[in-house]
Amino acid sequence: MDLKEKLVSSFLAFENNVDVDNPVHDIRTAAIKNFEAKGFPSKKEEAWKYTSLNSLQKIDFSIFPKMESNLEFKDVKKYFLNEIDTYKIVFVDGVYSSFLSETTHEGVDVCLMSSALNKPTYKAVIDVYFNKIACKDDSLTSLNTAFSKEGAYIYIPKNKIPKKPIEIIHFATGSEAAALLQPRNLIIAEENAELQIIERHQSLTTNEVLTNAVTEIYAAKNAIVDYYKIQNDAHSSSLIDNTYIDQKDASHVKVHTFSFGGKLTRNNLNFYQNGERIESTMKGVTIIEGKQLVDHHTLVHHIEPNCESHQDYKGIYDENATGVFNGKIIVEKLAQKTNAFQQNNNILVSDKASINTKPQLEIFADDVKCSHGCTIGQLDKDALFYLQSRGIPKKEARALLMYAFANNVLESVRIPELKTRINKIIANKLGVNLGFDL
Amino acid sequence: MLKINNLHARVEDKEILKGINLTVNAGEVHAIMGPNGSGKSTLASVIAGKEDFEVTEGEVILDKENLEDVSPEDRAHKGVFLSFQYPVEIPGVSVTNFMKTAINESRKAKGLEDMPAKDMLKLIREKSELLEIDRKFLSRSLNEGFSGGEKKRNEIFQMAMLEPKLAILDETDSGLDIDALRVVANGVNKLKTKDNAVIVITHYQRLLEYIVPDFIHVLHDGKIVKSGTKELALELEEKGYDWLKNEAVVK
Ligand SMILES: Nc1ncnc2c1ncn2[C@@H]1O[C@H](COP(=O)(O)OP(=O)(O)OP(=O)(O)O)[C@@H](O)[C@H]1O
Ligand SMILES: [Mg+2]
Repeated sequence: MDLKEKLVSSFLAFENNVDVDNPVHDIRTAAIKNFEAKGFPSKKEEAWKYTSLNSLQKIDFSIFPKMESNLEFKDVKKYFLNEIDTYKIVFVDGVYSSFLSETTHEGVDVCLMSSALNKPTYKAVIDVYFNKIACKDDSLTSLNTAFSKEGAYIYIPKNKIPKKPIEIIHFATGSEAAALLQPRNLIIAEENAELQIIERHQSLTTNEVLTNAVTEIYAAKNAIVDYYKIQNDAHSSSLIDNTYIDQKDASHVKVHTFSFGGKLTRNNLNFYQNGERIESTMKGVTIIEGKQLVDHHTLVHHIEPNCESHQDYKGIYDENATGVFNGKIIVEKLAQKTNAFQQNNNILVSDKASINTKPQLEIFADDVKCSHGCTIGQLDKDALFYLQSRGIPKKEARALLMYAFANNVLESVRIPELKTRINKIIANKLGVNLGFDL
Repeated sequence: MLKINNLHARVEDKEILKGINLTVNAGEVHAIMGPNGSGKSTLASVIAGKEDFEVTEGEVILDKENLEDVSPEDRAHKGVFLSFQYPVEIPGVSVTNFMKTAINESRKAKGLEDMPAKDMLKLIREKSELLEIDRKFLSRSLNEGFSGGEKKRNEIFQMAMLEPKLAILDETDSGLDIDALRVVANGVNKLKTKDNAVIVITHYQRLLEYIVPDFIHVLHDGKIVKSGTKELALELEEKGYDWLKNEAVVK
């Protein structure tokens, strides 16, 4: 039985464990139908031309999380940003870990999707927001929606700012030979609310893990959302991240994606600007090698006038690594005075590495400023010699140049401890100790 | 200290150095002059170990050791320093962090611990004062947006920090205003001891009034066509290089 069939037939078993009378279940039912009709995307589709899910579909994934595995905090401490105090929503093999988490209901809700979906207090919010901005047509999003049950639920009411950043961490322990995880997150920032989120998927095993995540983010008027995705997973783990962002007037949403680990990583990052004077920022640093693949597909839909979008993605590819960057910008006829900026710079360290980069602009308004650029280059030999001539060994010199290349993205990380952490991950990855943080 | 024997070097198929012989002893200052494109910077790069240039014949010997298979960083650890004619811009790396890395990597190569932060700061303060460099400058990205003169002054600051045994200054004077030239030359002179040596590459006699050479060599078409003492610079200033080119042809 292939993975699609297995998933579709598992839906019946899934229904035994959820409340089928809940209106949410109608949404799930519609979603499984869409997935059944569409199946997994294939390389024939333009959007999946460079990223094949074929080999993943051959793996016999276990679909339902089992009981909570015991993780000792000391064993996973290093994956938390423990230098600062944070709220934590932690899942182990898809199951909420109350032991590792620190949630809150004080003025803001930082808690679980399972509660939000089932408890009457949240019903009004769920009715308005759940699966509203997520694409109902997309097969992988539908797959997630069909099995949506658990994940992070964050609700920040008007004028509120949570006391500390929120970490969402998904651990996989490998208690199953191969595990499919489908977290479903819902994040709502009401008018003038402000929040910072750090998201991480971490496998603690060499067993295969496939995560198909969907996150919906709603930023109301003047809200500010700062979202950091740390993708530094084990080389046996793959991630398909589907993030949908709905923005209202003068809101600012920034998503930073740091992709260093994992086998196959696909980021579908979609911004919808449903208001004026909106700012959307997407930044990414990808540093991969071996046979790793990281595919960034971004979409910014400029719907109303006077909005901005900024995209800045840097990629460094060594050995046989593959990178994909596809940045789609749609500017509707109404969206005059749009300012859309997109930049994708890449360094191929090895001649076997490859990057496919493509801007995709669909502009229907006439008074817009739209700029895009992509570069593909090697490490600058003269710069390398300059550093070496000062006594910096080649390996360190190369690392320094890579840091320098990625620096302006790192610079915009607003949590200093997180910036330091990312620097360390990069230094570790490159096997250097430069003795300072940039 | 440095002995270059019959050095030939080329890039791709183009032969640039065509048999250079040069001996530099500890305590000496040598000047290399010569027309544009004669191979001065190439010679400097080959001594510093740039891999783009292929040494086809001859050798570079530093303190009795053939440098043939020695990497640029190891040459630096052995005391070779090149002040670049065109310093490279490295956005995202501050001057201070760059110097910290350079110094600690050199110490590591010598089996020493990292320099304590306090000592590092003191050293940076001392050397930036010597070269009259504003401290604010040191937190800027290396060479990025520096003026021509600022880049050159920064090269000599790096030299002061690293205290090389053999310093090669490739047109460090070009781009410097008169005051800066004095400051930089003064810095170089202060660093000069009987145990180290300096090779200055320049087009102008003016620099040589500040950094007085023991010997002057004229490079033309990849060969040293004339060597002499500091008076040669005056003669060149007056007559240009043509008479030497002819002399070389006659030879
Ligand atoms: N990487 C390279 N590829 C091709 N040709 C090169 C390369 N580097 C140097 N050359 C050539 O070698 C010759 C010598 O260059 P070099 O830079 O050493 O001259 P120079 O004496 O320093 O000149 P200047 O006084 O203008 O600085 C020139 O003709 C130059 O074009
Ligand atoms: Mg030159």
